[in-house]
Amino acid sequence: MTGGNGNLSGNGSGDAAAFDAVAAKVLASERMTGADAAVLFRHPDLPALGQLADRVRRRLHPEPIVTYVVGRNLNYTNVCWVKCKFCAFYRPPGDPEGYVLTRDQIAERIQALVDLGGREVLLQGGVNPQLKLDYYLDLFRFIKSRWNVHLHALSPIEASYIAKISGLTLEAALGRLKEAGMDTLPGAGGEILSDAVREEISPGKDSSDEWLDVMRTCHKMGIRTSATMMYGSVETTDQRIEHLQRIRDLQDETGGFNAFIDWSFVPDATELSHIRRASGFDYLRTTAVARLFLDNVKSLQASWVTQGPKVAQVSLRFGVNDFGSTVLEENVVSAAGGTHRMDLPGMIRLIEEAGFRAVPRDTNYNLLPAPPIEEIKTRWARFAASVHAAPALPGAAGTQ
Amino acid sequence: MNAAQHALWEEAAERAGLPRLLRKVIDGERLSGDDGLALAGCEDVNLLGFMANLARERKSGRLAYFVRNQHINYTNICNKDCSFCAFYVRAKDPRGYVLSPEDVRRRAAEQLSEPITEIHMVAGINPRLPYSYYLDIVRAVKETRPSVTVKAYTMIELAEIVRVAKKPREEVFEDLKAAGLGSLPGGGAEVLSERVHAEIFPKKLTPAEWLDWARAAHRAGLRSNCTMLYGHIETPEERNDHLLRVRELQDETGGFLTFIPLAFHPDNTEMEHLPPTTGLMDLQQIALARLMLDNFDHVKSFWIMVTPQISQLALWYGADDIDGTIVREEITHAAGALTPQALTQAELVGMIREAGREPVERDALYNVIWRGAAEGAAA
Repeated sequence: MTGGNGNLSGNGSGDAAAFDAVAAKVLASERMTGADAAVLFRHPDLPALGQLADRVRRRLHPEPIVTYVVGRNLNYTNVCWVKCKFCAFYRPPGDPEGYVLTRDQIAERIQALVDLGGREVLLQGGVNPQLKLDYYLDLFRFIKSRWNVHLHALSPIEASYIAKISGLTLEAALGRLKEAGMDTLPGAGGEILSDAVREEISPGKDSSDEWLDVMRTCHKMGIRTSATMMYGSVETTDQRIEHLQRIRDLQDETGGFNAFIDWSFVPDATELSHIRRASGFDYLRTTAVARLFLDNVKSLQASWVTQGPKVAQVSLRFGVNDFGSTVLEENVVSAAGGTHRMDLPGMIRLIEEAGFRAVPRDTNYNLLPAPPIEEIKTRWARFAASVHAAPALPGAAGTQ
Repeated sequence: MNAAQHALWEEAAERAGLPRLLRKVIDGERLSGDDGLALAGCEDVNLLGFMANLARERKSGRLAYFVRNQHINYTNICNKDCSFCAFYVRAKDPRGYVLSPEDVRRRAAEQLSEPITEIHMVAGINPRLPYSYYLDIVRAVKETRPSVTVKAYTMIELAEIVRVAKKPREEVFEDLKAAGLGSLPGGGAEVLSERVHAEIFPKKLTPAEWLDWARAAHRAGLRSNCTMLYGHIETPEERNDHLLRVRELQDETGGFLTFIPLAFHPDNTEMEHLPPTTGLMDLQQIALARLMLDNFDHVKSFWIMVTPQISQLALWYGADDIDGTIVREEITHAAGALTPQALTQAELVGMIREAGREPVERDALYNVIWRGAAEGAAA
């Protein structure tokens, strides 16, 4: 048996001296290189990785709070021509299972959110060739005229495709979408910003440069966005680092990213079902590295939909300062395999048991006053009862 | 050497108000009851993990153990009415079952092609089962699979067997050993607290009785594990006392093999209103057990109870064992566990290697069956 060495070095595999050099950089608040990130990705000592990431988190967020947003997902269409291999949600144009939500269905969903005291509507679909700019302008104006909600809408590929099929420049299309009520743009579709990976898992999708270009344009126009990374498909560790590097570079240039969200690929019902689901260990290490590397992105969001409540809670000690959205209805990941569900009282309990105060925020990460917990519980109990009473909505297949 | 990490942990201990305890752990000193309470109040799970990992690596280095095992729950009929249990039914309930010795034989034969080394047999307290039954089902397993260790009967089951045997317990232990009983599981300790006992499992052995049965079994040469069911009505003080009480008995007998914190699963129990345990609490209980129980060789994170994901993490928070392949767990699943009912040997080895540990397949008594190398990179 290899006996423990009794000093403070830890005893896992990985290069102890190289790890200590990276730790020294973190203590000195120095920027990390890609090579440093590679050292961390080889290091298995989770408490040490977590402690380093937690230290950076505390520097950026000195108050012992974890934020959340009362929001919902609204997948207005599942029709998509891009055919990414990692996606089990889409239906190709012409498929009988394709849908576009009606105004009534959209109204019902937004009203349910408003009844919960929420404002963030994450509006995202497939890339549907039938829907041109006017569809979105009408939809956004309709929503904004009826509810005081925040439209966190579209993804880079939806935005650039809408511009293209409407014969407009990206700036012109984004300008009109913004005018019609689009507030921010989610960071979806980042997958891994390495063209070798994109070629393999999503050959129909935008290139890394194109994705970043939409983000750059949004940021310059004052449309703030988030950034995501979907890891755990075919990419290498170096490609994960390349992804982080490209996000950090653009953030240095524009400062337009509010937050970073890493989540793991759920392979079960996709074309890539032979791939094993990434572990909680991988998630926590990847999240810690992201927190340490992305020194210029203020917030890191937990991915409880893919990781579940237990690992998501642990991530609060691995650099995560935000629990994300209440989601209400998740269609995309759950189409690919089992996902997790959570109501707001449950989320608040996880945050508080981790030793933080749970504080609601808006989509731009401004803190909001928290309603009394009893009021939150009442609202969510009412919501749960209404969900059980109502027949399944079209397009809600796979919703949990 | 490793100056930055030194500084990191000194700083973390300072912030948590535990610099003296960090020093004690580094020096390998035994922790007091007050130390245990101070650690239980620490919200920095990574600091706890770091300290627990020092203790863990002193015991087991980089090794992480697993076992190829099978569970057989021979009856679900029980007269103890514990309010945390969703598995049991009363005697006349139509859902009640008893596996006959023939059924047990069949179950044990179900996976003859799998190189299983341990059969874990526990069940309800069904007063209609005669003494001969308990000997017969052990024999049935041993006759079917002579090489396995039969790890069967918790302390309360032993008390029931002695009751129906109508002879001294020392003689019963010898009969069971002669029939092929190899070791004892550690279930049923729940929380060794008189208050918790009175509230949620009053018909079961009292804490003092449980410890007395464990002492007697150890003296008879039967080694056992020891569990603690956490996450229901117990307080941190009561959990701490539990650890101190079993540590004291271990000083006396040395008969415990492994300590296993078990996460309470509320679904379908009388305590269904309680929320399930959280990931941080699961890791904290592993770490506290490793830090307090300096005389236990092993601390196990039982993946059935806490999810395979958390058990993998636990390998850095004090655990050196993640149990086994477990073909078909019934008890926790009756209480709503969403975990799988089995993992393959390859899955267990993959989890261990990805976490940077060296997989060791063991038998019920921690004899090494197979030892694989670690892998630097993710499996």
